[in-house]
Amino acid sequence: MKHSSASPHAATSSIAHQPLALVNARLIDPAKGTESAGGVLIVDGLIRDVGSAVTPADLPAHARIIDCEGDCVAPGLIDMRAFIGEPGAEHRETIATATMAAAAGGVTTILARPDTSPPVDEPAVVDFLLRRARDTGRVRVLPSAALTAGVNGAEIAEIGLLQLAGAAAFSDGARSIRNARVLRRVMQYARDFDALIIHHAEDPDLAEGVMNEGEFASRLGLAGTPREAEAIVLDRDIRLVRLTGARYHAALVTTELSLEIIAKAKADGLDVTCGTSINHLTLNENDIGDYRTFLKLAPPLRGENERRALVEGLASGIIDVIVSDHNPQDVETKRLPFAEAEDGAIGLETMLPAGLRLVHSGEIPLSRLIAAMTLRPAEILRLPQGRLKAGAPADLIRFDPNEPFVVDPAKLHSRCKNTPFDEARMEGRVKLTLVAGEVTYEDG
Amino acid sequence: MVYSSRKPQFPHRHLLGIEGLSPLDIEILLDLAEEAIQVSRQVEKKRATLRGRTLINLFFEASTRTQSSFELAGKRLGADVMNMSVATSSVKKGETLIDTAVTLNAMRPDIIVVRHAQAGAVHLLAKKVDCAVVNAGDGAHEHPTQALLDALTIRRNKGTIKGLTVAICGDILHSRVARSNILLLSALGARVRAVGPSTLLPPGIERMGVEVFRDMHRGLDGADIVMMLRLQRERMKSAFIPSAKEYFRFFGLDEAKLEHAKPDALVMHPGPMNRGVEIDSSVADGERSLIREQVEMGVAVRIAVLEALAQHLPNG
Repeated sequence: MKHSSASPHAATSSIAHQPLALVNARLIDPAKGTESAGGVLIVDGLIRDVGSAVTPADLPAHARIIDCEGDCVAPGLIDMRAFIGEPGAEHRETIATATMAAAAGGVTTILARPDTSPPVDEPAVVDFLLRRARDTGRVRVLPSAALTAGVNGAEIAEIGLLQLAGAAAFSDGARSIRNARVLRRVMQYARDFDALIIHHAEDPDLAEGVMNEGEFASRLGLAGTPREAEAIVLDRDIRLVRLTGARYHAALVTTELSLEIIAKAKADGLDVTCGTSINHLTLNENDIGDYRTFLKLAPPLRGENERRALVEGLASGIIDVIVSDHNPQDVETKRLPFAEAEDGAIGLETMLPAGLRLVHSGEIPLSRLIAAMTLRPAEILRLPQGRLKAGAPADLIRFDPNEPFVVDPAKLHSRCKNTPFDEARMEGRVKLTLVAGEVTYEDG
Repeated sequence: MVYSSRKPQFPHRHLLGIEGLSPLDIEILLDLAEEAIQVSRQVEKKRATLRGRTLINLFFEASTRTQSSFELAGKRLGADVMNMSVATSSVKKGETLIDTAVTLNAMRPDIIVVRHAQAGAVHLLAKKVDCAVVNAGDGAHEHPTQALLDALTIRRNKGTIKGLTVAICGDILHSRVARSNILLLSALGARVRAVGPSTLLPPGIERMGVEVFRDMHRGLDGADIVMMLRLQRERMKSAFIPSAKEYFRFFGLDEAKLEHAKPDALVMHPGPMNRGVEIDSSVADGERSLIREQVEMGVAVRIAVLEALAQHLPNG
């Protein structure tokens, strides 16, 4: 395994590169929903040409050529929800370790959660993150900034100044805004700046349980959180979107009730999108089994019927985006009785192979899976990447969707090893990750 | 035979708002105010129009310039002026207000000038007294004499109001000045814009005939008059804006933003100003600022209003 030290930001600033060509590939185009044989020619960090015409016979003489041997080539993944430790929780994760894990998992753009310590509610913190990402990051890191000052849900954050500093979206991270008046004003204000609101819709009073409410929680003797905790807040939020005209993204929907609310909002023409986590798409409450704290998440893993509904929602397009919801927790906060353990699981490095489980089981087509991890987040965040077309940034991954492997937590790059997929058998390891045409990860 | 020089009379007993005034009514008051300017600039400033009359300034809300200019206006017209500053009680305002009105009415004043923190309070009081009532500001509803003095200031500097583009900027939600100005300037044929963040724009404001802008640059583009409003933080129960710093960056009037208005655009502010919040000192004190002239016009307009109402006083 080789780790290049090149940072994507350095790569985009240099001018004369050796052209790079990925040939003999199975091109996954999330915009067209197609898979086709061909190659990608990369010049100066951008895709110069893509398709069946890109063959070894027809390339610039000095180009470096990588033979993909029939593997898939797709846009690099864009993860709209990851906690990357900085600033304030460097014992859990740093930009260096998070972006290493991301590169190894094929994630080329991370939208970082703002509920850090201190939170990203001042332009100086946005600037700090951008500089840290430039100096230590291996993939692109986009700071999201707080919706409310101190992510306290009381006062509007400096959305205009934070946006000027480079915040890509606005969110209170894992916190839900309890006060409807505050959220209404936040939405009104954000709308003036055309800022994207990403909200964690979960009623903090109702969501006092530690897992999904129901028979399984009762058998385990654990307090449950009903799915209404999500639906009530989501429903309120959508009504406020209708009132204010805000651009709204529900960070994590995990139930069929929520999908109905989102589907109606979309049908009514509101500017509403939503995501779900790779965990909620591929695991259910029964996986908690014998009180496995690595599967303690917020919102909690739901029942199998809800998981199936989410997969259908993904297939039909009600769900726009799949996120890793990467949330590193160290041993001290996870090796505890279930109810006392922190929420969260890491996911940057496993989101692609975990998602491929849905493809292998025939639940969704590969191009739809890839679109939810590339094109759709790019469209929502208004980014040029996430596309397999000439002129787009050459953020690309190569993977063999059928190559089997076993997840070994010790080999994961995140600083924390709280993966819900430890020892899991998976297929589809990422072999090559390019950011702006530079190799940031290469396997083997 | 009718005297050809006879001027049309102001037809109302009270001045409760701009709402309900015709363009002609407004012109009558502005013309009277124009004459009053001359009187105020003479050494001998007294007239006898209100000699023997009693004017009560009833201010339930603190005021410097409005109260003192009504006091001056009353005195220049020869009235006996009494200032009453009434601390607002948080409970049962309605009852207290009516009781106060009945008490004052028994003292047989001729004109009461009222300011109150609640919209509609002045109208309520006007129903309970026999004298003329002038609204000196009721909640976020109306402040008619401010709109009149603004109009007079504009007319004197631009020659006319018809056809001008006036951008009213900032905290429109909490502003009675904005509402009265929108009504008055629209009535006289100006194109009025409301410029501010959505959180400080009253819902449905566009139905009052204004063009709404949430971006200062576009809102000022081509404006003849830029009217800044005070950010009324004391009326905000929780933040409508993130911070004074951000507000100034996006909605505070500085030289750079003023560049977007017409080259001969003039700047106004009803006062008191939050310097460095809604307006930069370089603009407030600059040569395009009409802010000091607005204060002078304030006295003239209040003289005009009292004169106009005096015509309807019994035995007048």
